[in-house]
Amino acid sequence: MGISPVLWQFLTKWLHSSALFPAEASSISPWVDALYFFLLLMTLFGTLLVGTLITVFTVRYRRERSPEATQIEGSTLMEATWTIIPLAVFLLVFVWGALLYFRIYNPPTNAMNIYVVGKQWMWKAEHPGGQHEINALHVPTGQPVQLTMISQDVFHSFAIPDFRVKREVIPGRYSTVWFEATQVGTYHIFCTQYCGTQHSGMIGEITVLTPEDYQKWLHESTSGMSLAQNGERLFASMGCNQCHSGNAAARGPNLAGVYGSKLTLNDGSQVLVNDAYLRDAILNPSQHVTAGFAPIMPTYQGQISEDGLIDLVEYIKGLQTNYRVQQTLVTSTSDQAAPPTPPVGTTTPEMVKP
Amino acid sequence: MSAQTIVSLPDQSTAKMPKRHYINNEHGLLSWLLTGDHKRIAILYLISITFFFFIGGAFAALIRLELLTPQSDLVAADTYNKFFTMHGIVMIFLFLVPSVPATLGNFLIPIMLGAKDLAFPKINLLSWYLYLAGGTLTLTALVLGGVDTGWTFTTPLSTHYLNTHVLTTGMAIFIAGFSSIFTGLNFIVTIHRMRAPGMTWFRMPLFVWSHYAASLLMVLGTPVLAIAIVLVALERVFGIGVFDPTKGGDPLLFQHLFWFYSHPAVYIMILPGMGVISEVISTFSRKRVFGYSAVAFSSVAIALFGFFVWEHHMFIMGVSNYSALVFSLLTMLVAVPSAIKVFNWSFTLQKGSITFETPMLYAFAFIGLFTIGGLTGVFLGALGMDIHLTETYFIVAHFHYVMVGGMLMAFLAGVHFWWPKMTGRMYPESLSKLSAVTSFIGFNLTFMPQFILGYLGMPRRYAAYPQEYQVLNVLSTAGATVLGVGFLLPLLYLGWSLKYGAIAGNNPWQATGLEWQIQSPPLTENFVETPIMDHEAYDYEWLANKTKHEVTTVG
Repeated sequence: MGISPVLWQFLTKWLHSSALFPAEASSISPWVDALYFFLLLMTLFGTLLVGTLITVFTVRYRRERSPEATQIEGSTLMEATWTIIPLAVFLLVFVWGALLYFRIYNPPTNAMNIYVVGKQWMWKAEHPGGQHEINALHVPTGQPVQLTMISQDVFHSFAIPDFRVKREVIPGRYSTVWFEATQVGTYHIFCTQYCGTQHSGMIGEITVLTPEDYQKWLHESTSGMSLAQNGERLFASMGCNQCHSGNAAARGPNLAGVYGSKLTLNDGSQVLVNDAYLRDAILNPSQHVTAGFAPIMPTYQGQISEDGLIDLVEYIKGLQTNYRVQQTLVTSTSDQAAPPTPPVGTTTPEMVKP
Repeated sequence: MSAQTIVSLPDQSTAKMPKRHYINNEHGLLSWLLTGDHKRIAILYLISITFFFFIGGAFAALIRLELLTPQSDLVAADTYNKFFTMHGIVMIFLFLVPSVPATLGNFLIPIMLGAKDLAFPKINLLSWYLYLAGGTLTLTALVLGGVDTGWTFTTPLSTHYLNTHVLTTGMAIFIAGFSSIFTGLNFIVTIHRMRAPGMTWFRMPLFVWSHYAASLLMVLGTPVLAIAIVLVALERVFGIGVFDPTKGGDPLLFQHLFWFYSHPAVYIMILPGMGVISEVISTFSRKRVFGYSAVAFSSVAIALFGFFVWEHHMFIMGVSNYSALVFSLLTMLVAVPSAIKVFNWSFTLQKGSITFETPMLYAFAFIGLFTIGGLTGVFLGALGMDIHLTETYFIVAHFHYVMVGGMLMAFLAGVHFWWPKMTGRMYPESLSKLSAVTSFIGFNLTFMPQFILGYLGMPRRYAAYPQEYQVLNVLSTAGATVLGVGFLLPLLYLGWSLKYGAIAGNNPWQATGLEWQIQSPPLTENFVETPIMDHEAYDYEWLANKTKHEVTTVG
């Protein structure tokens, strides 16, 4: 009985285009796969062991061969064996898994940062140089990339199966994930947390380029304004510079160089200034009053989009001097014709360098 | 008695059903709807959960049909979302949670303990009405247009972004939860207070032990789910801002509350099933369960540890790395009692005298599938591995191995095992063996490909998926068709057996439990006189002596 050639062709093509194992396209993939294979072996061994026990016992002690059962009460020694051995294996898996977890979720210090905003039902990536992408992400090989992600509405989850990384993207707080791509190519981006009607449409492609191609892509895709430049404009237009001018008598704390420092708040607690802190301090300023300042800053909840917040955070992150802050301040209040003061020192007394 | 079977039925030409039993004791619909008899309530539950099982199953069939092709072409995406939501809610809250406890547990626990009924017969009936109210509300939500939150009700999606029938469904689960609390409460009090003389804690069948552990979880865990649902409703209606980050709420708080119930709920579902397996394995290998107290205590250990592992559902949600460590460690620990049970069951077979009736086949299927389900759970408990596997088809396959491969097989084992006791008639043996084998094959064909899909990265709850995943999805759908046949068969032949099945007699399996020493179907009052438990559980010598004694008196 022959099979129709058309059907045959269809079947082979269909089977060919199917996948059985994901590509190993990031530096962490082989590590994850190693644990996976160990766990597969463990499962195979465990299942075979139980299967063999049951098969051997049922054949050996079936009623035809063993008409009378011999009552056995149990055996502490045997029970201890099958308590301790599985426990030991599981503890080994625990340690292995934990080491891997810390490796996947703790970014190296030289990682470059890309922002990702998730919303129903699209991914928006923002490169520090101002390149924007929708449902796409371009990254170079051989360079650790950290994604700082936030959701504008519901829970999403950013997953790149071929990189073996995934992290929940949560409304109202930044979450991060990092990877180092090793193979040039395009790979799936999935939203893996159910997020409403078009959940399965919230997919994209990550394109891994060689460092040279990546540079080329950066140049071709620039929007002309970096995130920090956008942020600077927003900083001035929202009037932030009125208080955060860096002057000694300013009503708001000096922001130059604040990123990465340890700040003392007016309740005496110390916080590390990172992306999440900056974002939160803009939205809920009354919760984060720097020691020595009055709680006069209004909330900006609902007035700045997540994109805008990213711009502001990126701007403050890179702010090393208040010179330009005051320049813009002077420009916006030029009718007062005050002589431009030279930039004051960039450190203020309430700041403790880490 | 032939060499291949232990089934011993009365002579069919002279055998008669008992004149008076709980089914014909009273007549009329009202005598059922207002009954306080735990056996009648168990039957009411059995009928209603079977109804909901097939509703949930229909949605499973629709899901698999949609996933036959990569595009969402059978239904639109939001219809698909409603399908899997309904499948999850119906199967979990209306089938799996009440499955064994409310039917077999309700029927058997008083009899196994030598009691006339549960401690609170009226609360038992109330629990069925609450279940029914919850079920009706769920159906109402379905008929009015469905709900698409997923069974997990993730906020803020469920509170702010969906305009389907979230409140109706939430109320349904809230109400059904009380039915579960009442059942658990009834079991706990009954087990503490109503054991027959001589029935010490360590003479109780392991079925009772596992129900005791599950009842503790029901009573202590379900209220937290109720609280979480009320908060979702308040947030949705009044915008109280407990979970909404723009109002200072914490969206992760909902996850904590939800999984604080929903992880123990997994043990609510599986523990009673484990109890069934202990009874079946012992009976068909004619041996006391290997290490009775280890199996009993491992049930309690599972219940205890089960409360402290909920965060393993949230490893990728930005919880602190160190709390993730603690919860991963506890997750590894909770796997150990399950391993103990599997080995104890296996070694119960050693030096037994084994026969292969249908309940035993289902029990073997349970052990195999539960072992795979349990070990794949270790993958997900390992922190670094969980990152890649969570929210994919791997996790779908994992919990179906535990819930369907484990719990549903145990439920079917139990229904076949106690069918003669509940109805007084035997099911057809060869047809039921066929259905056991069919569902085992169909099950593996359905869910094994999903492990591979999960490692490839296919996310769960996707109406459409990339082309390259199609082959495995087609396999899975084909398997689901076989599985469907395997589940439909029992409905047909068990129905047939109600009228045409062979008359079972008191103890067709020669089992040792107190329930097998009385007539089938039992009298409304279960025992003519209060039994006195003067032997250990699973004492086959006692049974042999008793039978011999009976023969001499009759002869």
